[in-house]
Amino acid sequence: MSNAFEAKGVVKHFGKVTALDGLSLKAEQGTVFGLLGPNGAGKTTLVRMLSTLLVPDKGTVKVLGIDAVRNSQRVREVIGLAGQYAAVDEFQTGYENIYMTGRLYRLSAQEAKRRAQELLERFELTEAANRPVRTYSGGMQRRLDLCASLIGRPKILFLDEPTNGLDPKTRIDLWNIIRELVSEGTSILLTTQYLEEADELANRIAVIDQGKVIAEGTSIQLKAQLGGDMVEFVLEKDADRPAALRAVRRFASKQPAFDETGLTISVPVTNHAKSLAGIAGALDRSRIRVSSFSLHQPSLDDVFLSLTGAATKDTNQNPQRETSHAAR
Amino acid sequence: MLLAEQLHWPIVDTWTITRRNLLRYVRLPRLLVFSSIQPVMFLLLFNYVFGGALGASTAAAGGQYINYLLPGILIQIVMFGGVQTGIGLAEDMGKGIIDRFRSLPMSRLAVIAGRTLADVLRNVVVVGILLIVGTLLGFHFQAGFGNALAMVGIAVLFGFTLSWVFACIGLAVRDTETAQLAGFLFIFPLVFASSVFVPVQTMPTWLQPFVKNQPITQVVNAARHFALGTPANGAVWKALLWCFVILAACMPIALWLYKRRTA
Repeated sequence: MSNAFEAKGVVKHFGKVTALDGLSLKAEQGTVFGLLGPNGAGKTTLVRMLSTLLVPDKGTVKVLGIDAVRNSQRVREVIGLAGQYAAVDEFQTGYENIYMTGRLYRLSAQEAKRRAQELLERFELTEAANRPVRTYSGGMQRRLDLCASLIGRPKILFLDEPTNGLDPKTRIDLWNIIRELVSEGTSILLTTQYLEEADELANRIAVIDQGKVIAEGTSIQLKAQLGGDMVEFVLEKDADRPAALRAVRRFASKQPAFDETGLTISVPVTNHAKSLAGIAGALDRSRIRVSSFSLHQPSLDDVFLSLTGAATKDTNQNPQRETSHAAR
Repeated sequence: MLLAEQLHWPIVDTWTITRRNLLRYVRLPRLLVFSSIQPVMFLLLFNYVFGGALGASTAAAGGQYINYLLPGILIQIVMFGGVQTGIGLAEDMGKGIIDRFRSLPMSRLAVIAGRTLADVLRNVVVVGILLIVGTLLGFHFQAGFGNALAMVGIAVLFGFTLSWVFACIGLAVRDTETAQLAGFLFIFPLVFASSVFVPVQTMPTWLQPFVKNQPITQVVNAARHFALGTPANGAVWKALLWCFVILAACMPIALWLYKRRTA
């Protein structure tokens, strides 16, 4: 079976700016591939190439094994695109927008009509279907945009930051829709700046920065690159430190570390369930009092930060990270 | 594959886009109202402000300036209508919708053809309104019904042709304000240095060769021939030839500008 999409050695310059710098990626069919990166990393450029809107300066881009430059018209028959901005016509009603897109996908008039109604229902837009789109909220426009991208039953769907700027509820609704689509066999390429989103949805994730892939794998693999889990505790008394380090040594997979206050101790572990209990027990037996005790699993945020050195939107989501970084 | 089969989807695509563009006038009726008021205003202003002074020099056209003016104004107005094509396309280019169109398996030409056709249909409405107002001001067709239809036909055809010129401008500049400015910059010298408002013989001799041979003069003379029965002197076939040449040049250029793939 051909790959859902494949990019090989893709280079793209915009004037002096190098948007993609020899990027290679591929994704299997029937999966969600997450493309993660800061603003300007080249995510949108890659999506635009895969959806035939841009041609690479160098390299090849294929969708379902079809060359997106030489056979662009055939690629357009199998893809759906929902870009960063809702690509809907504000003077038409919701229904008219979807019907129009269906006709342009070359569905028969009847089929376009039937499918438009079906999709509007699925995305809970039936009530608003006959209102001009300019009366829609941002979230409704996004849902409508997704309807439009789905009307041709695309085998591959490109979603460029689909939840950017949406409220939390609409975001989760969209996640559920994405999961449904995948379970029906659609392959999805999802770009996002939200690590949580990639973690939730993507089977595989590529982190890109400055037009290059800097890491690729499953979310678990990427996290493992950071050295796995960590048990962290904070001592009440500085004087307990030597005893504490002695007590936990046999549970640690690597040398335990402490931060500059000397109170927060991080113990790298492999089997966290067993180690957690073991370390707690050992501290208790040595009568060492701790004010907090936790298991810290590195988030994709950590992966991202350590790979790119750039802060992301979610940087403040995980207050533990500050100490764990200092501890290492 | 039969030609009819090959053309089926491009025609459906073009109609789908035409419909989309026409719906805008249905949803925003004031757009149609104002795009009709402007031509009527031009007709009234030119007729009453210049009519007195110019009536004498255009006496050949049945003695009344309105008879001379109306065919000219019609051509001017369909050209102004053409500017809208450029503005509309530039507006689309600046929005996400064009990315959607370009990612669909639809005909590439349909996005532009659908826009020019919608503008042709709007022009037909505006031409109709101008003919009614012109008649109220005393305009008469003087060469029969068939020729009257031919005049409307050539005006609309020329509007369609100019729509493709402005489509190129709109697709090249990609923002509405520049499209509008560039459009009028292109139009004004051509409209005023032509036989739209005054006879060519009244202009300086150095200017006359340009004025006599530029397309707008030919088209206006052809329109006047159909409306008033004045001698055509080859204006009809020259006008048609101009339309054909301009379309043949602008269609591929517009398509190329649309397909041009940059950010």
